[in-house]
Amino acid sequence: MSLELILFFVLAIIAIATALGMLLSRSAVYSALYLVVNFVSVAIFYLLLDAPFIALSQIAVYAGAIMVLFLFVIMLIGLETLGGELNWRQLVWPLAMGILLLVQGVFLVIQRVGRDVYIGQTGTQLSDPSLMARVLFTDYLLPFQVTAVLLLVAMIGAIVLSKREKSNQEA
Amino acid sequence: MIPLSWYLYLSAALFAIGLYGVLARKNAIAILLGIELMLNAANINLVAFWRYTDPAQMAGQVFAIIVFAVAAAEVAVGLSLVISIYRARKTVIADELDLMKW
Repeated sequence: MSLELILFFVLAIIAIATALGMLLSRSAVYSALYLVVNFVSVAIFYLLLDAPFIALSQIAVYAGAIMVLFLFVIMLIGLETLGGELNWRQLVWPLAMGILLLVQGVFLVIQRVGRDVYIGQTGTQLSDPSLMARVLFTDYLLPFQVTAVLLLVAMIGAIVLSKREKSNQEA
Repeated sequence: MIPLSWYLYLSAALFAIGLYGVLARKNAIAILLGIELMLNAANINLVAFWRYTDPAQMAGQVFAIIVFAVAAAEVAVGLSLVISIYRARKTVIADELDLMKW
């Protein structure tokens, strides 16, 4: 069995297990944290697929920005009262999975960063982000601009929706 | 190299788990978490198809980036809806938000 296969299976097991953990855990904070681990494992899948730029934006956008927003809202609303002592026995499985993910991630980064996959007659380098940028800014310019408008609309919508009314503020 | 179908099985499994979360969870924030998982599963499909069919065309990666942006927009609006519902009704349990129910 090749190394790639072993990596795939371990990652798949971690991804499925954390997704199930997200589904089954009662507490919203734990659900969100399971989903963070799931997103990191999916990012390592992208490294396995020779898409390092996608992998790093997955970590920055999903595991970073989006999940922080989720945790922020969970804490803000105060759904959770995480009471009681920290039980060290509970930490064994998350710790094991986290260390496993870290080892795989570091291994793949070391293995893949130096590796160039060339395709086609002209020999374009697969993991080169500038190749993707050229396509994004030429062939897909219109979808890109529409995405920009979408983000602007979402930002305005979020501000308007979560803004307090003047009358509520005094009450 | 790993067969393409394995990536598709994995993403189908993640999508199904996310869908079950959306349908079965009562907490509105947990429903949004399920939607995120589904978007992510679709993204694995996009990148896997890109890698295995026509890697010279960068379309798959471009689509994945656009899905990132859409997911970010969806979360921002969804969570601000949750906040404003919580201000009005003091709950985020989806079953109790039955104002429109006849």
